[in-house]
Amino acid sequence: MRKCSLSEINSVFAEISKSMTLYLPVDGSDGSSAFSQWTEGVKWSESLNTTKSPKDFFFPQTEDLMAFKTSGKNIELTDIRKESEDFVVFGVRACDVRSFDILDRVFLSEPCDSYYATRREHSVIISVACSHPSETCFCTSFGISPENPDGDISAWKTDTEVYFSPNTEKGALLMDKLSSVTEECSDEAVVKQKEEISKICSRLPNSKVDTNTFGGGKTAELFDSPLWDKLSEACLGCGTCTFVCPTCQCYDIKDFNTGNGVIRYRCWDSCMYSEFTKMAHGNNRLTQKERFRQRFMHKLVYFPENNDGIFGCVGCGRCLAKCPISMNIVKVMKKFGGEKSEK
Amino acid sequence: MQMKEHKPLIVAFCCNWCSYAGADLAGNNRLNYPAEVKVIRVPCSCRVNPMFVLRAFQRGADGVIICGCHPGDCHYVSGNYYTRRRMAMLFSMLDYLGIEKERTRIEWVSAAEGAKFAATMNDFVETVAKLGENKRLEDLRCK
Amino acid sequence: MQVITREQLIEKAVSLLAANTVSCVLGWSRGEFDYDVSPAVFRSEEEVRRNFVWNDFCGANMSKYLISKASGVDGKILVFLKPCDTYSFNQLLTEHKFDREKVYVVAVPCDGMADFRLIKKVCGEGIISIDSEDAILKVKTLYSDSPISVPLTDVLAERCKNCKSKKHVAYDELLGEDGNVLESGRFDEVKKLEAMTAEERFEFWQNELSRCIRCNACRDVCPACTCEKCVFNNPSSGVENKAAANSFEEKLFHIIRAFHVAGRCTDCGECSRVCPQNIPLHLLNRKFIKDINEFYGEYQAGEEIGLRAPLTDYTTEDIEPCEIFHRRDTDA
Repeated sequence: MRKCSLSEINSVFAEISKSMTLYLPVDGSDGSSAFSQWTEGVKWSESLNTTKSPKDFFFPQTEDLMAFKTSGKNIELTDIRKESEDFVVFGVRACDVRSFDILDRVFLSEPCDSYYATRREHSVIISVACSHPSETCFCTSFGISPENPDGDISAWKTDTEVYFSPNTEKGALLMDKLSSVTEECSDEAVVKQKEEISKICSRLPNSKVDTNTFGGGKTAELFDSPLWDKLSEACLGCGTCTFVCPTCQCYDIKDFNTGNGVIRYRCWDSCMYSEFTKMAHGNNRLTQKERFRQRFMHKLVYFPENNDGIFGCVGCGRCLAKCPISMNIVKVMKKFGGEKSEK
Repeated sequence: MQMKEHKPLIVAFCCNWCSYAGADLAGNNRLNYPAEVKVIRVPCSCRVNPMFVLRAFQRGADGVIICGCHPGDCHYVSGNYYTRRRMAMLFSMLDYLGIEKERTRIEWVSAAEGAKFAATMNDFVETVAKLGENKRLEDLRCK
Repeated sequence: MQVITREQLIEKAVSLLAANTVSCVLGWSRGEFDYDVSPAVFRSEEEVRRNFVWNDFCGANMSKYLISKASGVDGKILVFLKPCDTYSFNQLLTEHKFDREKVYVVAVPCDGMADFRLIKKVCGEGIISIDSEDAILKVKTLYSDSPISVPLTDVLAERCKNCKSKKHVAYDELLGEDGNVLESGRFDEVKKLEAMTAEERFEFWQNELSRCIRCNACRDVCPACTCEKCVFNNPSSGVENKAAANSFEEKLFHIIRAFHVAGRCTDCGECSRVCPQNIPLHLLNRKFIKDINEFYGEYQAGEEIGLRAPLTDYTTEDIEPCEIFHRRDTDA
């Protein structure tokens, strides 16, 4: 374990930036935070979560895939991919780190998505434990420990210090580079913080959210439940939940005619949208209830069914904070009885 | 270093009944106006959806001008009155978003006003040329 | 703290259900916390008593839900409307979006709604309960030993700080007393922007709109956005896009959306309330409202049923587009 005083954290950022681009959560003019590039003078946000999740680093909202031009019967393809350089994402919370594992299962399974894979390979993730989880948090329901975040390097921030501990080879390599700006230390303060976080977690209002009513094999039981009518009744069909979600991974691939060629790009899509997966035969989910159900069934039933029981939600709480009508996965899970009884 | 002179691209939406005929007359009378003005004929100036204006900018226009019959002379009686309100709103909004207000214009040109058409276009091209390239409403993919 | 209590609304709903005046109730349903209230249809007395809520977080405008909920109802649907919601109600009726006969409106006075984002700014994360007493919110959090007191006036939603009217313009029945149309400072921010240079305005909007994630929440919540198929969802329109690829597409969406609701927007402020990125979208709509007032005479959408929207109307003496800048420059 190594540490650096909180007042000197910028020297760590500066050291990282010497060899790699560094991104970290930064407060915006509107008071919310977003990941952005560190340069001299940029301050690390105190906020718990960024509005948009860090999935953008690997699966950006829009991305040009290729360009082509046609003349007569000929078609000329251009690979417009940019070379990826190594980059560091600092300050990722435990829930978001787990979301990368979930995205990996989608994009790295065969056929592997090379656009995604390249960026994953070039990244170093420095996670930070959550000393002050919010009432919207429920990551513990998915077996995530906010006090013990994964990532290439785990970090803990106290009132005066930041502690670092590498978990992977990549992380250890980066830690070596930071030896001049960090010092060896005992893990006493970190152990104390971990205990405090665990205590707070048990008091979180959503700590009793339980996944036991969901999981692979529950399709027949849940699909036709009358509860979906009531739950989806007020849904506006906007894409807020899917776009702030760290694990939503649906996309659409479209062509943009530039006037002198075509750019094929992909962009996030939302199962909440009426034109989602619309094809020549029309649309396969005609009502908002069906679309609403799809989002939750996917995360809580279909995904674990196909992925060794791993749920497609990490409990970051972004949809709880951002849904215009405050309908969210916690309300859905509780409605289906997913709540641990008081002991 | 001498910059290469920027020749602005202008999209002129012209109503079929007055301004397009005015452009014709300018041509017949051999009045000069820059070739960078691309005329798009529309049935009435009120056919011009605000989206047309924005998409003209997206596709590389540096200025957009809408020409219609003089108020009161609309072939469809009232079309250009609607145009007048809509474009007043749209141009004001574009200005509010910080888009140079000189890049958009509306002008009433009758079928008899070939000279006015040419003069208007010359003046508009000159004004837009001074502003340089449209940067604030550009779509780099279309460059 | 609202003048009318939750119990009063529940009794009203229950008595109207019991008398068969209405068959269901459109209102606000309690959430997991005190602030995450969801719109809902209540179909029985039991449901109303258990879940109906009326507090400082009932910001959601119920009018738009009438389009989908009023049709197919046996008898009438009861809806509770705040003063600003009634303007949207009238505007929707003007556009024949639902059948007035299917709706029973109970007007509820409103003292302004709180913006929980502002409460979080003051109290931090970990809010576990919010109690309201005499316009003071008592906020309990995981990290403070005693409740934090926050005056409601400090955390009012933007639209409520600049409330345009406490008067209900439509109802079948009124609870409490009706208020008046207010002199508000709702155009102050617009004026500030107008006074900036074009460069400054461009910077301002570039910064704001670049945060847009195109979730379409502003559009989907908007009571004026009622097209069955939005141009931005229509693959044949040529502008359909699910995400803005660059700053042009960000601007295109917001300019066109504001334009499409110009003259019909009642300034209910739902767009800014729901924006996950806190983009001040109301500043676009208010610019159009201010321009309409200045160029074509004072106009409040939804004030009466059947008003002709300014952009579907004209006079032969209307101001020329070139004159608007001239007039503003000479005024300044």
